[in-house]
Amino acid sequence: MAEYAHPETLVTTDWVAKHANDEGVRIVEVDVDTKAYDEGHVPGAIAWAWNTQLCDTVRRDILSRQQFEELMERSGVTPDTTVVIYGDNNNWFAAWALWQAKVYGHRDVRLMNGGRKKWLSESRELSTEAPKVKSTKYTAKEADVSLRAFLPQVQAASAQAAAQAAALVDVRSPQEFTGEILAPPGLPETCQRGGHVPGARSIPWSKAANDDGTFKSADELRQLYTSEGVDGSKPVIAYCRIGERSSHTWFVLKYLLGFNDVTNYDGSWTEWGNLVGADVERGAAAKATGARA
Amino acid sequence: MRAEEFAERRLELAGWPVNVASYRLGSEWHPKADNVSPGAALARAKGTTREEAERRALARAEELLGRTRRQAV
Repeated sequence: MAEYAHPETLVTTDWVAKHANDEGVRIVEVDVDTKAYDEGHVPGAIAWAWNTQLCDTVRRDILSRQQFEELMERSGVTPDTTVVIYGDNNNWFAAWALWQAKVYGHRDVRLMNGGRKKWLSESRELSTEAPKVKSTKYTAKEADVSLRAFLPQVQAASAQAAAQAAALVDVRSPQEFTGEILAPPGLPETCQRGGHVPGARSIPWSKAANDDGTFKSADELRQLYTSEGVDGSKPVIAYCRIGERSSHTWFVLKYLLGFNDVTNYDGSWTEWGNLVGADVERGAAAKATGARA
Repeated sequence: MRAEEFAERRLELAGWPVNVASYRLGSEWHPKADNVSPGAALARAKGTTREEAERRALARAEELLGRTRRQAV
């Protein structure tokens, strides 16, 4: 069985149980449901709220470099700290946080494989106390925009879809991809039009995860993406609705499969599906050219 | 404190598949319902029994799922 390309970016729940309170290690919980942390978390873990601490709350954007530095300083993180992130929903927003940490060049940031669900299901110790954190001084690197896709890049990739110059991977559910629904069932609609970016392949994020929340094996992941024509031979752009599910897929492609050129389009469908004049494709995608059965 | 008796099950509400996971913290039960695909959390609740707590979470989930509009594709 093949190894992940970068196994150092994942830790097990066992590892966290043993090292959560080590000097130089900071455990961070990032949930979709921001109340989950208060109910009980990994002892010693702090929490980052995706909707207030991991985005610019005025304009739609990720954290600025300064905001990222301030978050790290408040969190007691230095550039040498090993940051281990976990969360609910199979690490959706944990992956979003990891992606931003990589954008700003944090050297050692990892995901706890299986996230909050695995920790709970293993009946591991929980705490309701937030740890006291001693603030630090943190200098981030310039944003690495090679990890992030913006609208013009997505438009170019879509326009060249027939030439297969880049792979656009839509990681939303099949019903969101076809346009049957405008948002995940039960959630508010956040777009004017349903469907997908023309030329995109539908590879829902959840296909990369096992039932216990852990990532599938490297062999299974490679088969999953290769069967849809995504093999790392050309640039890949992953997108979803607001960029967190696609962070999960971005992590898989970048660190578990080791593809060089993978970007996360955090504008995602809430940008494309609200654009005036943008082309939208509806219904199922055609079979990938050259894809294995 | 530890999460005890963690269990998950699938059911259908308002025409959509739902996953409900629940566990006990001390004497309190904590269920969470999600929409399976993509797995977004819909509702959480608390209760003194698993059945009571899940009933509350599922009632809220059903209310939210009932608002989902299907478009002709």
